[in-house]
Order: sequence, then C-alpha cells, then structure tokens
Amino acid sequence: MTALLVALGAAVGAPLRYALGQHLDGAWHHGTLTANTVASLVLGACVGWSVDGSALALVGTGFCGGLSTYSSLAVQVRDLGPRRGSAYALVTIALGLGACALGYLVARG
Amino acid sequence: MTPSPRLLVAVGAGGAVGAVARYAATQVAADGSGFPWTTFAINVSGSALLAGLLLLPLARRSPVWAAALGPGVLGGYTTFSATSEQARALLADGRPGLALAYVAGTLAACLLAVALVGRAAPPLPEEDEL
Repeated sequence: MTALLVALGAAVGAPLRYALGQHLDGAWHHGTLTANTVASLVLGACVGWSVDGSALALVGTGFCGGLSTYSSLAVQVRDLGPRRGSAYALVTIALGLGACALGYLVARG
Repeated sequence: MTPSPRLLVAVGAGGAVGAVARYAATQVAADGSGFPWTTFAINVSGSALLAGLLLLPLARRSPVWAAALGPGVLGGYTTFSATSEQARALLADGRPGLALAYVAGTLAACLLAVALVGRAAPPLPEEDEL
C-alpha cells in the first residue's frame, strides 16, 4: 500500500519536472532548478507539519522525490563546465536548503 | 517546447518505478540520524547510471525509452529534496560539520561518478538530461 502511494506521487512529480525542464531549461537550467527548489520547500513543510504515514509516502517520498532529481543535476553540472557548473550547483544547493528551512519554519508557525 | 503526452506518460511510469526502488532501499537500510548513507548511495548510483544511459542500445534507439529510463526511472530514483531536508535537519540538530560533509560529499561523489562513467558513454542529448 505504501509503495503504491510512493508510485502515485512520483507519477505526478516526475512528469511535472520533465515538463518544467522542457519549458525552462536552456543555457541555465531554470526548470530543473525550480523543480528541485519547490520539492525541497514542500518536503520541508511536510516535516514541519510532522506529516507521516500515508501522506508522507504520497507527498514526501513520492511527489517530492519524483519532482526533485540529483542525477540530472549532476549531469547538468558536468555539461555546464567548471565555472558555470559550480555556480549552478551552489545556487541549487543554497536554494534547496533555504527552501527546506522556509517550508519547515512556516509549517511550524 | 511542450513534451508530447507519450513522453510525459513514459516519464511518469518510469518515475513511479524509480521512486519505489528508492523507497525500498530506504526500507532495507534506513538513513538514521547520522550521515545519510542510503540516500547518498542512491544519488551517486543514480547519477552514474544516468551518465551511462546511452550505453544501453534500447535508450539509444528509442526516445520514449530514453525518457522513461532517464528523467523517469533515474529522476524518480534520485532525490534532491531528501538531501536538502536531511542537511537542514543536521544543521537544526547542531551538526553543521556533518551537514557540510553530507552536502559537499554528495555533490563531489555524484560529479565524480558522472565524470568516470561519462568517459565511456556517449553524452546525453540536451532534452534527455532531466
């Protein structure tokens, strides 16, 4: 049952990331950056609200995990080269951490 | 450019498979409160597999399979949000050194894996890198 909820959440999150990338990724990967940041925000909020069980499986593990990606991030960083790649990686990590903290704090009220 | 419905369905199905594989891995070996080794291993292995995707003839022949396996399975398998949340939790826990080691270590290991596998594999076309 839990695995099914994870699958359902990811079946929504992954195509959303893909569509964002197709629309917004260019010289700079705005689409993937947006997907990773939004997923971090939502997951931070889930943890802040102490969401667990089925809801965490669907939204946290499934949707947020499907929406965000590390594999594409790593390949994109390589392809951007040392300078722009480092900047892209640092911005992604900083925004991800910031979004997570924001989601958590807002959810905690 | 709007992706075709066929590609979106392929990515959705693949993403579901990848996410369940990640969930299963964390069930077998939970991350616990220290260095999140399981998520680390998931992200490094998924990055290596994505860099090597086009070594697979099926992915070279079919854009639908390439989308299902790349942005789908491997995108769903790897996670950036969990890494952010784990790092945030380590920081909130008063363990900035461990948080930094985790964040920097994940990035470095994933980039190393991509560079090593990428030397043997054809580069991914731009639209398949998501």
